[in-house]
Amino acid sequence: MGIPYYYSLRNLWTRKLTTGLTIAGMALVVFVFASLLMLAEGLRKTLVATGSYDNVVVIRKGSKSEVQSGVERGQASIVETLPEVAAGPDGQPLAAKELVVLISLPKRGSDKPSNVLIRGISATSLLLRPQVKITEGRMPRPGSSEIIAGTSIANRFRGGGMGESLHFGMRDWAVVGTFDAGSTGFSSEIWGDVDQLMQAFRRPVYSSVIFRMRDPSEFERIKRTIDNDPRLSLDVMREVRYYEEQSEAMARFLRILGMSLTAIFSLGAIIGAMITMYAAVANRTAEIGTLRALGFQRASILGAFVLESLFLGLLGGLAGLFFASFMQLLTISTVNFQTFSELAFSFTLTFRIIYQALLFSLFMGFIGGVLPAFRASRMKIIDALRAS
Amino acid sequence: MENHRPPIVEIRNLSKSYRRGSQVVPVLEDISFDIREGEFLALMGPSGSGKSTLLNLIAGIDQADSGSIKVGGIEITTLSETELAHWRAFNIGFIFQFYNLIPVLTAVENVELPLLLTSLSKRERREHVEVALRVVGLADRMDYYPGQLSGGQQQRVAIARAVVTDPTLLVADEPTGDLDRVSAKEILDLMGRLNNESGKTIIMVTHDPRAAERAHLIKHLDKGVLNVSDPAPH
Repeated sequence: MGIPYYYSLRNLWTRKLTTGLTIAGMALVVFVFASLLMLAEGLRKTLVATGSYDNVVVIRKGSKSEVQSGVERGQASIVETLPEVAAGPDGQPLAAKELVVLISLPKRGSDKPSNVLIRGISATSLLLRPQVKITEGRMPRPGSSEIIAGTSIANRFRGGGMGESLHFGMRDWAVVGTFDAGSTGFSSEIWGDVDQLMQAFRRPVYSSVIFRMRDPSEFERIKRTIDNDPRLSLDVMREVRYYEEQSEAMARFLRILGMSLTAIFSLGAIIGAMITMYAAVANRTAEIGTLRALGFQRASILGAFVLESLFLGLLGGLAGLFFASFMQLLTISTVNFQTFSELAFSFTLTFRIIYQALLFSLFMGFIGGVLPAFRASRMKIIDALRAS
Repeated sequence: MENHRPPIVEIRNLSKSYRRGSQVVPVLEDISFDIREGEFLALMGPSGSGKSTLLNLIAGIDQADSGSIKVGGIEITTLSETELAHWRAFNIGFIFQFYNLIPVLTAVENVELPLLLTSLSKRERREHVEVALRVVGLADRMDYYPGQLSGGQQQRVAIARAVVTDPTLLVADEPTGDLDRVSAKEILDLMGRLNNESGKTIIMVTHDPRAAERAHLIKHLDKGVLNVSDPAPH
């Protein structure tokens, strides 16, 4: 048996001030680390939740997103009538030919323009996205200049609220409803009748075709059918996969940013921990000598001081996570690099992030403590005892 | 009082020197003597005479340059560091001038420390600790921290810690050096009792002639040489 763990714990408690300050330094780093991971996770979750596993997105071959895509009417009709497409309650295929256009609208308050994604929808679009709920008003009537706005748009863009109107495509569009799509990307979109929007923006082609599969396990076969059809030059993706790809560039950027920021910050925190632990060793030299004289091995001393430093790291990690967890209350918006449109999302804390942050804080504690602990364990007993 | 029991410590031709810069300062020169089981030996001598060094060598916390030290039949100068630490845990009870208790541990936990190196169960450890603290008269201060105890009480906790493993030898380095006269007397009484009643072999380094009086045997060290060996006055 080695030196009891409460020896390490109580020593931390005895020097509350230095312990507190060291923990605060580590907590700050863990806070930044966890927050950026939470940001990347929130973005990923928002975009991935936008898609549904049963749905398929069809876009022009080589185009990475709906915004860059163009699907000709003839091609769209072929896809729509594939036998693998599920049927809706009215017997019609559950497929929607959609148009996606980016426009710039001024934000409420600041009047600063920002990109907004406008989606031209068909009658079946809502059926394909059960997560989208009309919260106020009604759906736009086909053939009219009516639109509905996602909650993020309604709240944050001038003229986007219920009963207001927006001007784009050389027309005024009345907002006749708002819809909530939870924490998905749809909440940051404006929806209107696809034919009206194609006219307004003088677009001869659709952007994408979305359909529900009759049997979701048949995806590979559907993909092969479309790939092999010489009339179609289209990319076929599950909707979840499509939105996950949309989030990848941004999430990767955030993760790299997070890693590099924390790498720099953590150097400071590690040095802080090291100073604390060196001071602890210096103050307890006689104690170390005593423990060694009593018969505790060098490894026990090493263990006790590393443990003390690991506790320090753990406490810093827990404090950092505690404060980072409050970031979940925040919703932020940013431009998604892939679509260049506004996307609102929130910090999301997952068990994976908790465990990564704690592991990281333990790592900082370990690195900060291992050299001082090594020094403590290397002391000659009589020299150490003389320090009393 | 002649002691005819077998020697428990046998020291032969022991030498030790320190290096100070390029100079080699001899501390102990060719020392040989025995300590018998149950003996209470006082090592006296002026500062720098090497008495603490001799004590540290016998206790296995310092390395000799040459010579042999046998304690209980075991040659300790050839033990590895790990073996030596293990050996100390079972054979040596330390009493220091400044008590050297661990400030963040209570009296009970301090006394329990050396028992953590044994295979005793938690319950057995607790029993041993309680007996040891009762012997030193601190049964009512078990959960006090060292900072809440007087110097004399702290030294008694340290003595309890030294005897709790029932070691072969008790080594005391100026055990009364930091205490007032009343407390010092209590500590010396306690050590005397441990020697008389429990038969503990004690080696004590001291400056204090009153402390040395309690010993059966006083050895004087001067400039690294053990030159006089007096029987104690009583």
